[in-house]
Amino acid sequence: MIIEVLSHLGASVRSGLAALGAAGRTFAELIAASGTVLRRPRLVTDQVHFIGNYSLVIIAVSGLFVGFVLGLQGYYTLNKYGSEQALGLLVALSLIRELGAVVTALLFAGRAGTSLTAEIGLMKAGEQLAAMEMMAVDPMRRVLAPRFWAGVIAMPVLAAIFSAVGVLGGYIVGVRLIGVDEGAFWSQMQAGVDVWADVLYGVIKSFVFGVAVTFIALYEGYCAAPTPEGVARATTRTVVIGSLMVLWLDFLLTALMFS
Amino acid sequence: MPNFVDIRDLHFAYGERPILSGLNMQFPKGSVVAVMGGSGSGKTTVLRLIGGQLRASSGSVTVDGQDVGSLNLQGLYAMRRRMGMLFQHGALFTDLTVFDNVAFPLRENTHLPEEMIRDLVLMKLHAVGLSNAAQLKPAEISGGMARRVALARAVALDPQLIMYDEPFAGLDPISMGVTANLIRKLNDALGSTTILVSHDVHESFSIADHVYFLSQGRIVAHGTPQQMRESDDPYVKQFVHAEADGPVPFHYPGRSIAEQLGMREGA
Repeated sequence: MIIEVLSHLGASVRSGLAALGAAGRTFAELIAASGTVLRRPRLVTDQVHFIGNYSLVIIAVSGLFVGFVLGLQGYYTLNKYGSEQALGLLVALSLIRELGAVVTALLFAGRAGTSLTAEIGLMKAGEQLAAMEMMAVDPMRRVLAPRFWAGVIAMPVLAAIFSAVGVLGGYIVGVRLIGVDEGAFWSQMQAGVDVWADVLYGVIKSFVFGVAVTFIALYEGYCAAPTPEGVARATTRTVVIGSLMVLWLDFLLTALMFS
Repeated sequence: MPNFVDIRDLHFAYGERPILSGLNMQFPKGSVVAVMGGSGSGKTTVLRLIGGQLRASSGSVTVDGQDVGSLNLQGLYAMRRRMGMLFQHGALFTDLTVFDNVAFPLRENTHLPEEMIRDLVLMKLHAVGLSNAAQLKPAEISGGMARRVALARAVALDPQLIMYDEPFAGLDPISMGVTANLIRKLNDALGSTTILVSHDVHESFSIADHVYFLSQGRIVAHGTPQQMRESDDPYVKQFVHAEADGPVPFHYPGRSIAEQLGMREGA
Protein backbone atom coordinates (compact mmCIF):
# COMPACT_ATOMS: atom_id res chain seq x y z
CA MET A 1 0.00 0.00 0.00
CA ILE A 2 2.66 2.53 1.07
CA ILE A 3 4.92 1.41 -1.77
CA GLU A 4 2.06 1.97 -4.20
CA VAL A 5 1.39 5.49 -2.91
CA LEU A 6 5.08 6.30 -3.05
CA SER A 7 5.46 4.99 -6.58
CA HIS A 8 2.40 7.01 -7.71
CA LEU A 9 3.89 10.07 -6.06
CA GLY A 10 7.26 9.45 -7.70
CA ALA A 11 5.66 8.93 -11.10
CA SER A 12 3.63 12.13 -10.88
CA VAL A 13 6.66 14.16 -9.72
CA ARG A 14 8.72 12.74 -12.56
CA SER A 15 6.07 13.43 -15.20
CA GLY A 16 5.52 16.91 -13.74
CA LEU A 17 9.23 17.68 -13.98
CA ALA A 18 9.38 16.30 -17.52
CA ALA A 19 6.41 18.48 -18.55
CA LEU A 20 8.04 21.52 -16.95
CA GLY A 21 11.29 20.75 -18.75
CA ALA A 22 9.52 20.39 -22.10
CA ALA A 23 7.68 23.69 -21.57
CA GLY A 24 10.94 25.39 -20.57
CA ARG A 25 12.67 24.10 -23.69
CA THR A 26 9.84 25.28 -25.92
CA PHE A 27 9.96 28.69 -24.23
CA ALA A 28 13.69 28.94 -24.91
CA GLU A 29 13.10 27.93 -28.55
CA LEU A 30 10.36 30.53 -28.85
CA ILE A 31 12.63 33.29 -27.54
CA ALA A 32 15.44 32.12 -29.83
CA ALA A 33 13.02 32.19 -32.80
CA SER A 34 11.92 35.75 -32.05
CA GLY A 35 14.43 37.38 -34.42
CA THR A 36 11.80 37.18 -37.17
CA VAL A 37 9.63 39.53 -35.13
CA LEU A 38 12.20 42.29 -35.55
CA ARG A 39 12.83 41.54 -39.22
CA ARG A 40 9.14 41.32 -40.10
CA PRO A 41 7.24 43.51 -37.61
CA ARG A 42 4.17 43.32 -39.85
CA LEU A 43 3.58 39.74 -38.66
CA VAL A 44 3.30 41.03 -35.08
CA THR A 45 1.20 44.12 -35.80
CA ASP A 46 -1.32 41.96 -37.69
CA GLN A 47 -1.61 39.69 -34.66
CA VAL A 48 -1.83 42.61 -32.19
CA HIS A 49 -4.73 43.91 -34.26
CA PHE A 50 -6.33 40.46 -34.32
CA ILE A 51 -5.84 39.63 -30.62
CA GLY A 52 -6.66 43.17 -29.48
CA ASN A 53 -9.88 43.21 -31.48
CA TYR A 54 -10.85 39.86 -30.02
CA SER A 55 -10.62 41.11 -26.45
CA LEU A 56 -11.35 44.85 -26.63
CA VAL A 57 -15.13 44.75 -26.16
CA ILE A 58 -15.14 42.23 -23.32
CA ILE A 59 -12.29 44.08 -21.58
CA ALA A 60 -13.98 47.49 -21.89
CA VAL A 61 -17.40 46.25 -20.74
CA SER A 62 -15.90 44.30 -17.82
CA GLY A 63 -13.80 47.32 -16.84
CA LEU A 64 -16.90 49.49 -16.77
CA PHE A 65 -18.82 47.10 -14.51
CA VAL A 66 -15.87 46.51 -12.20
CA GLY A 67 -15.61 50.32 -11.91
CA PHE A 68 -19.33 50.52 -11.10
CA VAL A 69 -18.98 47.94 -8.34
CA LEU A 70 -15.84 49.56 -6.94
CA GLY A 71 -17.68 52.89 -6.85
CA LEU A 72 -20.62 51.39 -4.96
CA GLN A 73 -18.66 49.23 -2.52
CA GLY A 74 -15.98 51.87 -1.99
CA TYR A 75 -18.58 54.51 -1.20
CA TYR A 76 -20.39 52.17 1.21
CA THR A 77 -17.20 51.55 3.23
CA LEU A 78 -15.65 55.02 3.02
CA ASN A 79 -18.94 56.70 3.94
CA LYS A 80 -18.87 54.95 7.33
CA TYR A 81 -15.74 56.92 8.18
CA GLY A 82 -16.79 60.11 6.43
CA SER A 83 -14.01 59.86 3.91
CA GLU A 84 -15.96 59.36 0.70
CA GLN A 85 -13.77 62.03 -0.96
CA ALA A 86 -11.10 59.35 -1.19
CA LEU A 87 -13.33 57.27 -3.47
CA GLY A 88 -11.43 58.32 -6.62
CA LEU A 89 -8.14 57.25 -5.06
CA LEU A 90 -9.59 53.90 -3.92
CA VAL A 91 -11.03 53.11 -7.34
CA ALA A 92 -7.86 54.13 -9.19
CA LEU A 93 -5.42 52.29 -6.91
CA SER A 94 -7.51 49.10 -6.88
CA LEU A 95 -7.60 49.08 -10.65
CA ILE A 96 -4.06 50.15 -11.40
CA ARG A 97 -2.31 48.01 -8.80
CA GLU A 98 -4.41 44.86 -8.95
CA LEU A 99 -7.66 44.51 -10.78
CA GLY A 100 -6.65 46.02 -14.11
CA ALA A 101 -3.80 43.60 -14.65
CA VAL A 102 -5.39 40.52 -13.04
CA VAL A 103 -8.92 40.68 -14.44
CA THR A 104 -7.61 41.61 -17.90
CA ALA A 105 -5.27 38.60 -17.82
CA LEU A 106 -8.10 36.27 -16.73
CA LEU A 107 -10.41 37.59 -19.45
CA PHE A 108 -7.58 37.45 -21.98
CA ALA A 109 -6.96 33.77 -21.13
CA GLY A 110 -10.63 33.03 -21.69
CA ARG A 111 -11.06 35.09 -24.85
CA ALA A 112 -7.82 35.41 -26.84
CA GLY A 113 -5.95 32.53 -25.13
CA THR A 114 -8.52 29.92 -26.05
CA SER A 115 -8.70 31.11 -29.64
CA LEU A 116 -4.89 30.99 -29.92
CA THR A 117 -4.85 27.42 -28.54
CA ALA A 118 -7.64 26.29 -30.84
CA GLU A 119 -6.06 27.97 -33.86
CA ILE A 120 -2.63 26.39 -33.32
CA GLY A 121 -4.16 23.03 -32.33
CA LEU A 122 -6.32 22.92 -35.46
CA MET A 123 -3.40 23.99 -37.64
CA LYS A 124 -1.52 21.03 -36.21
CA ALA A 125 -4.46 18.65 -36.64
CA GLY A 126 -4.92 19.81 -40.26
CA GLU A 127 -1.21 19.15 -40.94
CA GLN A 128 -0.72 22.86 -41.69
CA LEU A 129 2.28 23.09 -39.35
CA ALA A 130 3.82 19.96 -40.90
CA ALA A 131 3.17 21.41 -44.38
CA MET A 132 4.94 24.59 -43.31
CA GLU A 133 7.95 22.59 -42.10
CA MET A 134 8.05 20.76 -45.43
CA MET A 135 8.08 24.16 -47.18
CA ALA A 136 11.24 24.95 -45.19
CA VAL A 137 9.35 27.45 -43.02
CA ASP A 138 9.80 27.10 -39.25
CA PRO A 139 6.34 27.30 -37.58
CA MET A 140 8.04 28.51 -34.41
CA ARG A 141 9.29 31.61 -36.27
CA ARG A 142 6.39 32.15 -38.63
CA VAL A 143 3.38 31.25 -36.45
CA LEU A 144 4.24 31.07 -32.76
CA ALA A 145 6.74 33.90 -32.19
CA PRO A 146 4.59 36.67 -33.80
CA ARG A 147 1.55 35.56 -31.80
CA PHE A 148 3.58 35.41 -28.60
CA TRP A 149 4.91 38.94 -28.88
CA ALA A 150 1.53 40.23 -30.01
CA GLY A 151 0.01 38.84 -26.79
CA VAL A 152 2.82 40.33 -24.70
CA ILE A 153 2.27 43.75 -26.31
CA ALA A 154 -1.53 43.60 -26.24
CA MET A 155 -1.86 42.66 -22.56
CA PRO A 156 -0.57 45.91 -20.94
CA VAL A 157 -2.52 47.97 -23.48
CA LEU A 158 -5.73 46.08 -22.70
CA ALA A 159 -5.04 46.36 -18.96
CA ALA A 160 -4.61 50.14 -19.36
CA ILE A 161 -7.92 50.32 -21.22
CA PHE A 162 -9.56 48.21 -18.49
CA SER A 163 -8.27 50.54 -15.75
CA ALA A 164 -9.22 53.72 -17.63
CA VAL A 165 -12.75 52.50 -18.31
CA GLY A 166 -12.98 51.25 -14.70
CA VAL A 167 -12.07 54.69 -13.33
CA LEU A 168 -14.77 56.11 -15.59
CA GLY A 169 -17.23 53.54 -14.16
CA GLY A 170 -16.30 54.55 -10.59
CA TYR A 171 -16.79 58.20 -11.57
CA ILE A 172 -20.24 57.55 -13.06
CA VAL A 173 -21.48 55.71 -9.97
CA GLY A 174 -19.62 57.75 -7.31
CA VAL A 175 -19.90 61.26 -8.68
CA ARG A 176 -22.83 61.24 -11.09
CA LEU A 177 -25.21 58.89 -9.30
CA ILE A 178 -24.26 59.06 -5.58
CA GLY A 179 -23.03 62.65 -5.55
CA VAL A 180 -19.44 62.48 -4.25
CA ASP A 181 -17.66 65.78 -4.84
CA GLU A 182 -16.17 65.78 -8.32
CA GLY A 183 -13.15 67.92 -7.44
CA ALA A 184 -12.24 65.68 -4.50
CA PHE A 185 -12.70 62.55 -6.60
CA TRP A 186 -10.14 63.61 -9.23
CA SER A 187 -7.73 65.59 -7.03
CA GLN A 188 -7.34 62.79 -4.45
CA MET A 189 -6.65 60.42 -7.33
CA GLN A 190 -4.09 62.78 -8.85
CA ALA A 191 -2.33 63.29 -5.54
CA GLY A 192 -2.38 59.67 -4.39
CA VAL A 193 -1.44 57.66 -7.48
CA ASP A 194 2.30 57.39 -7.99
CA VAL A 195 3.56 56.93 -11.56
CA TRP A 196 6.41 54.65 -10.55
CA ALA A 197 5.20 52.75 -7.50
CA ASP A 198 1.67 52.23 -8.78
CA VAL A 199 1.37 52.64 -12.57
CA LEU A 200 4.74 51.12 -13.49
CA TYR A 201 4.26 48.15 -11.18
CA GLY A 202 0.84 47.58 -12.70
CA VAL A 203 2.36 47.64 -16.19
CA ILE A 204 5.12 45.22 -15.13
CA LYS A 205 2.48 42.86 -13.74
CA SER A 206 0.44 42.83 -16.92
CA PHE A 207 3.60 42.36 -18.99
CA VAL A 208 4.47 39.26 -16.92
CA PHE A 209 0.88 38.02 -17.22
CA GLY A 210 1.06 38.61 -20.97
CA VAL A 211 4.17 36.43 -21.23
CA ALA A 212 2.63 33.68 -19.07
CA VAL A 213 -0.86 33.52 -20.54
CA THR A 214 0.19 33.84 -24.18
CA PHE A 215 2.92 31.25 -23.80
CA ILE A 216 0.57 28.79 -22.07
CA ALA A 217 -2.04 29.28 -24.81
CA LEU A 218 0.49 28.72 -27.61
CA TYR A 219 2.22 25.81 -25.87
CA GLU A 220 -1.05 23.99 -25.20
CA GLY A 221 -2.07 24.39 -28.85
CA TYR A 222 1.35 23.33 -30.12
CA CYS A 223 1.41 20.21 -27.92
CA ALA A 224 -2.27 19.33 -28.36
CA ALA A 225 -3.13 15.84 -29.59
CA PRO A 226 -4.15 16.34 -33.26
CA THR A 227 -7.75 15.23 -32.69
CA PRO A 228 -10.99 17.08 -31.82
CA GLU A 229 -10.77 15.82 -28.21
CA GLY A 230 -7.11 16.81 -28.02
CA VAL A 231 -7.84 20.39 -29.12
CA ALA A 232 -10.84 20.61 -26.76
CA ARG A 233 -8.72 19.42 -23.84
CA ALA A 234 -5.91 21.83 -24.72
CA THR A 235 -8.35 24.76 -24.84
CA THR A 236 -9.69 23.91 -21.38
CA ARG A 237 -6.16 23.55 -20.03
CA THR A 238 -5.27 27.00 -21.37
CA VAL A 239 -8.02 28.59 -19.27
CA VAL A 240 -7.38 26.52 -16.14
CA ILE A 241 -3.57 26.68 -16.12
CA GLY A 242 -3.50 30.25 -17.46
CA SER A 243 -5.90 31.54 -14.77
CA LEU A 244 -4.16 29.73 -11.92
CA MET A 245 -0.78 30.94 -13.16
CA VAL A 246 -2.04 34.55 -13.26
CA LEU A 247 -3.34 34.37 -9.67
CA TRP A 248 -0.16 32.72 -8.42
CA LEU A 249 2.10 35.20 -10.23
CA ASP A 250 -0.03 38.07 -8.93
CA PHE A 251 0.54 36.95 -5.36
CA LEU A 252 4.26 36.57 -6.02
CA LEU A 253 4.65 39.95 -7.74
CA THR A 254 2.53 41.77 -5.16
CA ALA A 255 4.65 40.30 -2.39
CA LEU A 256 7.82 41.40 -4.20
CA MET A 257 6.68 44.87 -5.25
CA PHE A 258 4.48 46.21 -2.50
CA SER A 259 5.86 44.61 0.63
CA MET B 1 19.58 6.87 -64.67
CA PRO B 2 21.06 7.93 -61.27
CA ASN B 3 18.85 7.68 -58.21
CA PHE B 4 17.53 10.93 -56.76
CA VAL B 5 16.40 9.19 -53.58
CA ASP B 6 18.08 6.08 -52.27
CA ILE B 7 16.89 4.10 -49.24
CA ARG B 8 19.25 1.45 -47.85
CA ASP B 9 18.41 -1.14 -45.19
CA LEU B 10 16.05 1.27 -43.44
CA HIS B 11 14.55 0.40 -40.06
CA PHE B 12 12.13 2.60 -38.18
CA ALA B 13 10.14 2.10 -34.98
CA TYR B 14 7.80 4.22 -32.86
CA GLY B 15 9.21 3.34 -29.46
CA GLU B 16 9.06 -0.45 -29.22
CA ARG B 17 6.64 -0.83 -32.15
CA PRO B 18 8.50 -1.54 -35.43
CA ILE B 19 6.99 0.25 -38.44
CA LEU B 20 9.53 -0.33 -41.22
CA SER B 21 12.11 -3.08 -41.37
CA GLY B 22 14.94 -3.58 -43.84
CA LEU B 23 13.63 -1.33 -46.60
CA ASN B 24 15.65 -0.90 -49.80
CA MET B 25 14.12 1.46 -52.36
CA GLN B 26 15.48 3.41 -55.30
CA PHE B 27 13.82 6.42 -56.94
CA PRO B 28 15.56 7.27 -60.25
CA LYS B 29 15.76 10.90 -61.40
CA GLY B 30 12.86 11.94 -63.62
CA SER B 31 10.67 8.96 -62.82
CA VAL B 32 7.29 8.55 -61.15
CA VAL B 33 7.49 5.82 -58.50
CA ALA B 34 4.39 4.59 -56.71
CA VAL B 35 4.58 3.22 -53.17
CA MET B 36 1.49 1.12 -52.56
CA GLY B 37 0.04 -0.87 -49.73
CA GLY B 38 -2.91 -1.05 -47.37
CA SER B 39 -3.60 1.36 -44.55
CA GLY B 40 -1.00 1.12 -41.81
CA SER B 41 1.62 -0.51 -44.06
CA GLY B 42 4.09 2.34 -43.40
CA LYS B 43 3.77 4.23 -46.70
CA THR B 44 3.39 7.70 -45.19
CA THR B 45 6.24 6.98 -42.78
CA VAL B 46 8.53 6.48 -45.79
CA LEU B 47 7.64 10.00 -47.01
CA ARG B 48 8.21 11.49 -43.57
CA LEU B 49 11.64 9.83 -43.40
CA ILE B 50 12.60 11.17 -46.83
CA GLY B 51 11.44 14.68 -45.82
CA GLY B 52 13.43 14.47 -42.58
CA GLN B 53 10.35 14.83 -40.36
CA LEU B 54 11.28 11.50 -38.77
CA ARG B 55 14.70 9.98 -38.18
CA ALA B 56 15.46 6.37 -39.06
CA SER B 57 16.41 3.94 -36.29
CA SER B 58 19.07 2.50 -38.60
CA GLY B 59 19.95 2.46 -42.29
CA SER B 60 20.15 5.49 -44.55
CA VAL B 61 17.97 7.78 -46.65
CA THR B 62 19.91 9.71 -49.28
CA VAL B 63 18.38 12.57 -51.25
CA ASP B 64 20.46 13.87 -54.17
CA GLY B 65 23.59 12.45 -52.55
CA GLN B 66 22.88 13.93 -49.09
CA ASP B 67 22.27 11.69 -46.10
CA VAL B 68 19.03 13.04 -44.61
CA GLY B 69 19.70 11.56 -41.15
CA SER B 70 22.95 13.50 -40.71
CA LEU B 71 21.56 16.94 -41.65
CA ASN B 72 20.99 19.62 -39.00
CA LEU B 73 17.87 21.82 -39.06
CA GLN B 74 19.38 24.35 -41.47
CA GLY B 75 20.57 21.59 -43.76
CA LEU B 76 17.13 20.01 -43.65
CA TYR B 77 15.43 23.29 -44.54
CA ALA B 78 17.88 23.82 -47.41
CA MET B 79 17.03 20.33 -48.69
CA ARG B 80 13.28 20.87 -48.27
CA ARG B 81 13.43 23.99 -50.47
CA ARG B 82 14.10 21.55 -53.31
CA MET B 83 11.17 19.34 -52.33
CA GLY B 84 7.44 19.72 -52.66
CA MET B 85 4.92 17.69 -50.72
CA LEU B 86 1.22 17.21 -51.14
CA PHE B 87 -0.42 16.18 -47.86
CA GLN B 88 -3.28 13.72 -47.66
CA HIS B 89 -5.95 16.35 -47.04
CA GLY B 90 -4.18 19.20 -48.82
CA ALA B 91 -3.18 20.98 -45.58
CA LEU B 92 -4.06 24.36 -47.09
CA PHE B 93 -3.84 27.35 -44.76
CA THR B 94 -7.50 27.97 -44.04
CA ASP B 95 -7.07 31.66 -43.19
CA LEU B 96 -5.40 32.46 -46.54
CA THR B 97 -6.92 32.69 -50.01
CA VAL B 98 -6.06 30.19 -52.74
CA PHE B 99 -3.67 32.79 -54.20
CA ASP B 100 -1.92 33.44 -50.88
CA ASN B 101 -1.61 29.70 -50.22
CA VAL B 102 0.31 29.18 -53.45
CA ALA B 103 2.29 32.39 -52.89
CA PHE B 104 3.27 31.31 -49.36
CA PRO B 105 6.42 29.27 -50.17
CA LEU B 106 7.51 31.92 -52.69
CA ARG B 107 7.11 34.79 -50.23
CA GLU B 108 8.79 32.89 -47.39
CA ASN B 109 11.70 31.38 -49.30
CA THR B 110 12.54 33.93 -51.99
CA HIS B 111 13.04 37.69 -52.26
CA LEU B 112 11.10 38.01 -55.51
CA PRO B 113 9.15 41.22 -56.12
CA GLU B 114 5.40 40.97 -55.56
CA GLU B 115 4.60 41.42 -59.29
CA MET B 116 6.72 38.41 -60.17
CA ILE B 117 5.16 36.35 -57.38
CA ARG B 118 1.74 37.28 -58.75
CA ASP B 119 2.69 36.09 -62.25
CA LEU B 120 4.24 32.85 -60.94
CA VAL B 121 1.25 32.05 -58.74
CA LEU B 122 -1.22 32.67 -61.56
CA MET B 123 0.85 30.43 -63.86
CA LYS B 124 0.87 27.63 -61.28
CA LEU B 125 -2.85 28.02 -60.68
CA HIS B 126 -3.45 28.05 -64.43
CA ALA B 127 -1.53 24.76 -64.71
CA VAL B 128 -4.03 23.15 -62.31
CA GLY B 129 -6.99 24.96 -63.94
CA LEU B 130 -7.79 27.25 -61.03
CA SER B 131 -6.47 30.70 -61.94
CA ASN B 132 -10.03 32.04 -61.71
CA ALA B 133 -10.44 30.71 -58.17
CA ALA B 134 -7.43 32.68 -56.89
CA GLN B 135 -9.39 34.91 -54.53
CA LEU B 136 -11.51 32.16 -52.94
CA LYS B 137 -10.85 30.77 -49.46
CA PRO B 138 -10.18 27.01 -49.04
CA ALA B 139 -13.60 26.63 -47.37
CA GLU B 140 -15.26 27.90 -50.57
CA ILE B 141 -13.83 25.27 -52.95
CA SER B 142 -14.48 21.53 -53.33
CA GLY B 143 -12.19 18.78 -52.01
CA GLY B 144 -10.88 18.03 -55.51
CA MET B 145 -10.13 21.69 -56.14
CA ALA B 146 -8.40 21.99 -52.75
CA ARG B 147 -6.17 19.06 -53.70
CA ARG B 148 -5.25 20.84 -56.95
CA VAL B 149 -4.46 24.07 -55.07
CA ALA B 150 -2.22 22.07 -52.73
CA LEU B 151 -0.59 20.57 -55.83
CA ALA B 152 0.07 24.06 -57.23
CA ARG B 153 1.54 25.06 -53.86
CA ALA B 154 3.73 21.94 -53.73
CA VAL B 155 5.29 22.78 -57.11
CA ALA B 156 5.49 26.57 -56.50
CA LEU B 157 9.27 26.49 -56.13
CA ASP B 158 9.77 24.08 -59.07
CA PRO B 159 11.02 21.29 -56.79
CA GLN B 160 13.34 18.52 -57.89
CA LEU B 161 11.42 16.01 -55.80
CA ILE B 162 7.64 15.96 -55.40
CA MET B 163 6.02 13.66 -52.84
CA TYR B 164 2.31 12.90 -52.84
CA ASP B 165 0.58 11.39 -49.82
CA GLU B 166 -2.66 9.73 -50.96
CA PRO B 167 -3.45 12.33 -53.64
CA PHE B 168 -6.52 10.39 -54.84
CA ALA B 169 -8.17 9.70 -51.47
CA GLY B 170 -11.74 10.98 -51.31
CA LEU B 171 -11.85 12.29 -54.89
CA ASP B 172 -14.58 11.65 -57.45
CA PRO B 173 -13.53 9.71 -60.59
CA ILE B 174 -13.19 12.85 -62.74
CA SER B 175 -11.02 14.69 -60.18
CA MET B 176 -9.01 11.50 -59.71
CA GLY B 177 -8.20 11.23 -63.43
CA VAL B 178 -7.41 14.96 -63.62
CA THR B 179 -5.09 14.75 -60.60
CA ALA B 180 -3.29 11.66 -61.95
CA ASN B 181 -2.67 13.37 -65.29
CA LEU B 182 -1.43 16.50 -63.55
CA ILE B 183 1.02 14.51 -61.46
CA ARG B 184 2.55 12.93 -64.54
CA LYS B 185 2.57 16.14 -66.60
CA LEU B 186 4.10 18.24 -63.82
CA ASN B 187 6.81 15.64 -63.26
CA ASP B 188 7.73 15.61 -66.96
CA ALA B 189 7.48 19.39 -67.38
CA LEU B 190 9.65 20.15 -64.35
CA GLY B 191 12.05 17.26 -64.97
CA SER B 192 11.61 16.29 -61.34
CA THR B 193 11.27 12.98 -59.51
CA THR B 194 7.92 11.93 -58.11
CA ILE B 195 7.09 9.63 -55.20
CA LEU B 196 3.44 8.73 -55.15
CA VAL B 197 2.03 7.09 -52.03
CA SER B 198 -1.37 5.67 -52.78
CA HIS B 199 -3.64 2.66 -52.51
CA ASP B 200 -5.49 3.45 -55.71
CA VAL B 201 -4.31 0.76 -58.14
CA HIS B 202 -5.91 2.01 -61.35
CA GLU B 203 -4.73 5.64 -61.21
CA SER B 204 -1.28 4.84 -59.81
CA PHE B 205 -0.57 2.14 -62.41
CA SER B 206 -1.65 4.52 -65.20
CA ILE B 207 1.10 7.05 -64.43
CA ALA B 208 3.88 5.22 -62.53
CA ASP B 209 7.14 3.97 -64.04
CA HIS B 210 7.85 1.68 -61.11
CA VAL B 211 5.76 0.35 -58.21
CA TYR B 212 6.75 -0.79 -54.70
CA PHE B 213 4.31 -2.84 -52.64
CA LEU B 214 4.59 -2.47 -48.87
CA SER B 215 3.00 -4.72 -46.32
CA GLN B 216 3.59 -4.52 -42.57
CA GLY B 217 6.67 -2.40 -43.05
CA ARG B 218 8.35 -4.63 -45.62
CA ILE B 219 8.60 -4.57 -49.39
CA VAL B 220 6.72 -7.59 -50.66
CA ALA B 221 7.04 -6.91 -54.40
CA HIS B 222 8.22 -4.29 -56.87
CA GLY B 223 8.43 -3.78 -60.61
CA THR B 224 6.73 -2.02 -63.49
CA PRO B 225 2.92 -1.69 -63.38
CA GLN B 226 2.71 -4.35 -66.12
CA GLN B 227 4.84 -6.79 -64.09
CA MET B 228 2.66 -6.14 -61.05
CA ARG B 229 -0.53 -6.84 -62.99
CA GLU B 230 0.90 -10.18 -64.08
CA SER B 231 2.45 -11.02 -60.71
CA ASP B 232 1.65 -14.34 -59.02
CA ASP B 233 2.55 -13.00 -55.58
CA PRO B 234 -0.54 -13.63 -53.42
CA TYR B 235 -0.35 -10.21 -51.72
CA VAL B 236 0.00 -8.34 -55.02
CA LYS B 237 -2.82 -10.40 -56.55
CA GLN B 238 -5.10 -9.67 -53.62
CA PHE B 239 -4.30 -5.96 -53.73
CA VAL B 240 -4.44 -5.45 -57.51
CA HIS B 241 -7.65 -7.43 -57.91
CA ALA B 242 -9.20 -6.06 -54.70
CA GLU B 243 -9.96 -9.49 -53.23
CA ALA B 244 -11.56 -9.44 -49.78
CA ASP B 245 -9.50 -12.23 -48.26
CA GLY B 246 -5.95 -13.42 -48.82
CA PRO B 247 -2.61 -12.76 -47.13
CA VAL B 248 -4.24 -9.61 -45.71
CA PRO B 249 -7.01 -11.16 -43.58
CA PHE B 250 -10.51 -9.74 -43.61
CA HIS B 251 -10.89 -10.29 -39.86
CA TYR B 252 -8.82 -8.48 -37.27
CA PRO B 253 -6.75 -11.23 -35.62
CA GLY B 254 -7.96 -12.60 -32.28
CA ARG B 255 -10.61 -14.97 -30.97
CA SER B 256 -13.09 -16.60 -33.33
CA ILE B 257 -16.69 -15.42 -33.37
CA ALA B 258 -17.79 -18.76 -31.84
CA GLU B 259 -15.51 -18.12 -28.86
CA GLN B 260 -16.70 -14.53 -28.52
CA LEU B 261 -20.33 -15.69 -28.49
CA GLY B 262 -19.51 -18.24 -25.82
CA MET B 263 -20.43 -21.18 -28.06
CA ARG B 264 -17.04 -22.81 -27.53
CA GLU B 265 -14.50 -22.72 -24.72
CA GLY B 266 -11.84 -20.06 -25.36
CA ALA B 267 -8.30 -21.11 -26.07
